[in-house]
Amino acid sequence: MTAPEDYDLLVNGTEHHVVGAWIGESLLYVLRERLGLPGAKNACEQGECGSCSVMVDDRLVCSCLVLAASAVGTAITTVESLAPDGALSDVQQAFVDAGAVQCGFCTPGLVMAVEDLLARDAAPTELEVREAISGNLCRCTGYGRVIDAVRVAVRRRTGAEVA
Amino acid sequence: MTVLLPDSLDRACAQLADHPEAHVLAGGTDLMVEVNFGHRRPEAVLSLARVPELKGWGRDGDTLVLGAGVTYTELCDPAIAELAPALAQAARTVGSPQIRNAGTIGGNLGTGSPAGDTLPVLAALDATVELVSVTGRRTLPLAEYCIGPKRTARDATEIIASVSVPVARGPQEYLKVGPRNAMVISVAGLAAVADIEGRRVAVGLGSVGPVPLRAPEAEAWVVDRIDWSAGRLVDPADATEFGSLVAAAARPIDDHRATADYRRHCVSVLARRALTRMFAA
Amino acid sequence: MSEITLTDTTVAPPATGAGTATGTRGARIGESASRPDGIPKVQGRFAYSADLWAEGMLWGHTLRSPHPSARITSIDIAPALRIPGVQAVLTADDVPGRRTYGLEIHDQPVFASDTIRYQGEPVACVAADHPETARRAAEAIVVTYEALEPLIDAEAAIEAPAIHPDGNVVRHLVIRHGDPTVTGDVTVEGTYEVGMQDQAPLGTEAGMAVPSDDGGVELYIATQWLHIDQAQVAASLDLPPEKVRLQLAGVGGAFGAREDVSLQIHLALLALHTGRPVKMVYDRAESFFGHVHRHPARMWYRHHATADGTIVNVEARLIFDGGAYASSSPAVIGNAACFAVGPYFTPNAHIDGWAMRTNNPPCGAMRGFGAVQTCFAHEAQMDKLADALGMDPIELRLRNALKTGDTLPTGQVITGTAPVAEVIRAVAEVPDAVSPTIDGRPMALPGGAGRTADPDGVVRGSGFAVGFKNIAFSEGFDDFSTARVRLDRGVATVTCACAEVGQGFVTIAQQFTREVLGVDEVVLAPADTTIGSAGSTSASRQTWMSGGAVKAAAEAVRERMLALVAADHGLAPGSLRVDDDRIVSDDGAVDLPVTEALGDRVVEETVEYHHEPTYPLDEHGQGDAHLSFAFVAHRAVVDVDPELGLCRLVDLVTSQDVGKVLNPLQLLGQLEGGAAQGVGLALMEEILVTDGTVRNASFTDYLIPTALDLPDLRVGELVEQPEPGAPFGAKGVGEPPTISSTPAVVAAVRAATGLALPRTPVRPSDIALAGIEAP
Repeated sequence: MTAPEDYDLLVNGTEHHVVGAWIGESLLYVLRERLGLPGAKNACEQGECGSCSVMVDDRLVCSCLVLAASAVGTAITTVESLAPDGALSDVQQAFVDAGAVQCGFCTPGLVMAVEDLLARDAAPTELEVREAISGNLCRCTGYGRVIDAVRVAVRRRTGAEVA
Repeated sequence: MTVLLPDSLDRACAQLADHPEAHVLAGGTDLMVEVNFGHRRPEAVLSLARVPELKGWGRDGDTLVLGAGVTYTELCDPAIAELAPALAQAARTVGSPQIRNAGTIGGNLGTGSPAGDTLPVLAALDATVELVSVTGRRTLPLAEYCIGPKRTARDATEIIASVSVPVARGPQEYLKVGPRNAMVISVAGLAAVADIEGRRVAVGLGSVGPVPLRAPEAEAWVVDRIDWSAGRLVDPADATEFGSLVAAAARPIDDHRATADYRRHCVSVLARRALTRMFAA
Repeated sequence: MSEITLTDTTVAPPATGAGTATGTRGARIGESASRPDGIPKVQGRFAYSADLWAEGMLWGHTLRSPHPSARITSIDIAPALRIPGVQAVLTADDVPGRRTYGLEIHDQPVFASDTIRYQGEPVACVAADHPETARRAAEAIVVTYEALEPLIDAEAAIEAPAIHPDGNVVRHLVIRHGDPTVTGDVTVEGTYEVGMQDQAPLGTEAGMAVPSDDGGVELYIATQWLHIDQAQVAASLDLPPEKVRLQLAGVGGAFGAREDVSLQIHLALLALHTGRPVKMVYDRAESFFGHVHRHPARMWYRHHATADGTIVNVEARLIFDGGAYASSSPAVIGNAACFAVGPYFTPNAHIDGWAMRTNNPPCGAMRGFGAVQTCFAHEAQMDKLADALGMDPIELRLRNALKTGDTLPTGQVITGTAPVAEVIRAVAEVPDAVSPTIDGRPMALPGGAGRTADPDGVVRGSGFAVGFKNIAFSEGFDDFSTARVRLDRGVATVTCACAEVGQGFVTIAQQFTREVLGVDEVVLAPADTTIGSAGSTSASRQTWMSGGAVKAAAEAVRERMLALVAADHGLAPGSLRVDDDRIVSDDGAVDLPVTEALGDRVVEETVEYHHEPTYPLDEHGQGDAHLSFAFVAHRAVVDVDPELGLCRLVDLVTSQDVGKVLNPLQLLGQLEGGAAQGVGLALMEEILVTDGTVRNASFTDYLIPTALDLPDLRVGELVEQPEPGAPFGAKGVGEPPTISSTPAVVAAVRAATGLALPRTPVRPSDIALAGIEAP
């Protein structure tokens, strides 16, 4: 292995100093194992499951595919920042209320994907919702309650129904 | 050893010249998979994330110039989709929203996978790839750029700066077969683009050969089957023969994703459907 | 131990009042209770087994065989030990106790020492200070193999030279019932195949082992059954069970994948050897090699029926490929054979079930457990029979539907509920809701994002299927669960080793306790091995078994509480009862809130709950082997692009025999999620194995359904007939949705295409190239 690296990452508005990291570490690994932010989950390490979804400079990406050391200078936002006071965002609350959580391993990634969708489009159609979360694999729910959670969140946010 | 984060194209070229062993990192969607699974252990990485010259796109007369850092999501933007519809259609089939937000057209070219979704479109459009290094700048036609499965003509010190394609001159289609309705690697992909004024149809094939393929015989054959002033096939049934001719150009293999027979069959069906959508509607 | 970050593995952190704010009414039976772990899970705070961290911890990695069959001629660990940061490299020689493990039969080596029997079999493991160092160290171990020809055909394995000292036949079960020579007016015959499905839980295998001061080890692990892991780990470590303490860490799904030991013994060995905490997390590729899969099956059937559609005899021969080691193959083939004819009265039957050993990946438990494979076959046979009779397939199923009092081919008389006709009718009565015109939006067509289909080339078909399986363990297994309920100042604390894997036992435990005790605040203690076994979270059994244990313990607490309160008021024991959240006497003289009735007196009871005994099958496969049965039906509508062979499920309707709806929202989640796995087996999910080698061990190539591959599930009227003996009359609901969904979807594809499609998953080329000659 090559010599360890030191660098800084801006995560959830806070500058974190990463010390002695291996160059090949993904942002997912650094968030989870070095910065104590395990909300992004590791289920495939190849961008196929969406469990590790975070925002990098306002773009929803799989943190497993971001080389952590190359994310210096970006603004990273994780699921942990959605409700800093222990409260829930409206999307998180909708997931709880709609029964969209079973084992919950995919849930933080799905919450991030839905937050991103609704920030871009406050009134998506059901087909658009399905496309928006098609990169987030869930093995427990069959997505039924997840889609319903989006319906609930949209209804509460805008009063509109997902067509 | 360090991660190189150049903030200009000149600096990127200079650093790559100093570190020709460095892996060039664009969106990360290919390289990081290999790193995560221990298949590749970079001693150095040159990230293009902060090189502003790679980010934009523009129109230069009848040519659309796409910076290598343009993401798949950006390719789906209506402003680009209007100028290169098949490229937008291909981009939308790539992975998931997360992948499309990160992956870039330059990365698709850099990896040069036979299954890369934009490559058949670029092949059909006779795209040119612009490569830069400290020693200068050169452009290569796609056919010369892609030389084998995940093998390209890019020199280790070169950076893909942009790719240029003609602005759409007629209908375009990209169709891709995968056994799932989203987020699936191409089993067979086909791009068809028409130049109404120039009276020609070009076809690009993905996942059915070591490199993106064209179908020159089919392309030549179909010219006379189209009523170019009406924008229609003279006989819609000719689309079937077109499909067979295009399939004859495919050079598929058997692998765990599909058999060669199924892939060739798909190409025939996709070509027929693409031509029908373009000229029978 | 204090440094380990485990705050949220306690699914209901006491600090948050178990998800119920003080003073609010907690959900009782029949209400949609919210999960107490829902909030930490949406926040990303819930600690899964991969999320654990301890000061000074090491990372483990496993070296696995690249060959499916080989002899090991040498292992040199020295190059790995020379790598800086490597703390331990262990092989079979380092296993102090039993060198093998297994759920029913201890036939699987902890590490292969001389013989490799499947690709991916562990050979050594490493602990190092960084996961990448551990991986490189594992690669640095030099193993020389002499590759052998793998035994890959389960049928051929019956006669082939043994690949294991126990032989190749793991179990051969013959069921002979009535007169198996009876024939009818109509005979239909077919051979069906089911591919190897993976459970693909989103959380891969992960855990942490921490050496303890007494020479033992603490294991924080995601599993389905803590105590069976404990027994296997202790045996291999040569430690008494009490020195191997397991605590359930957050479980990212299971579906059968966590019934067998994977990394438990390796982790414990590494921790004891290094004296440091060791964490291990499989990546997705390793996960495919690290757990058993659903058995691939080849099944021959012949049905005999009278002209009016009455089944008179079923013959079947079932070959299940169990791969290299036994795992739960004996029970899987037991189920497959017992339920081989489906939920239809069959007076005569001859069923021959084989679970075989090969050099393919080991197979064992997965949701549906043997019933999935045979349901695919018997439902195809029922459609074939309906076709031969010129009869409506639903009418044929209704005519033969099992009911209470009927005798199964095992000779067992169904004494519980068997509302087969009811679930069939409930599905049939749901109106067709799909627009008769094909949805032309490209993303809604078969092929979806690929824009391959044109609406006028798409054909549509509808399929129907019915299935069933047993609830809880069978064939004489002493099946029990243990629960403790403690009532202290109006707050009940439930302790049970039941593994919450996502299924929702956490809400069941709270609802049952509230219902019995009349309290609102119910806290769930961490699941660990300090209490007796709860049995496995499998076989749709935990609502009945651990729910039953919680209910019984709560009832015991209630009786003591009532006796104490009665004594307080100078009343005879038995004169008080709990009415909602109050303790009342019939005469109205006593009426006080449960939360205040005991003051600071604490009542605690622990109960071991056993279900009614079951019995082994005799040499003719006859016996009362099962406790209870649950029935299910699905109707699927699939749009197919026949030229490309691409499919789009556009409608799925279900009904299920649930006994009693305990939590409508959680039930819906089980019906939807279970069906999704069935849809996956119908249309895309298969581990591809060639010559014993897995070709698609990744989520790029092992495809599970995305949100664009599934429609909203529509649930017809649920059948609620209370099951005698079951707590609150409820049957387990987890597995049935996975059983009949697969055959319904494939039947719909058959209807759309006119093809026989005897194999699942249906591959695009099975449709597209059918009838096309290879060039």
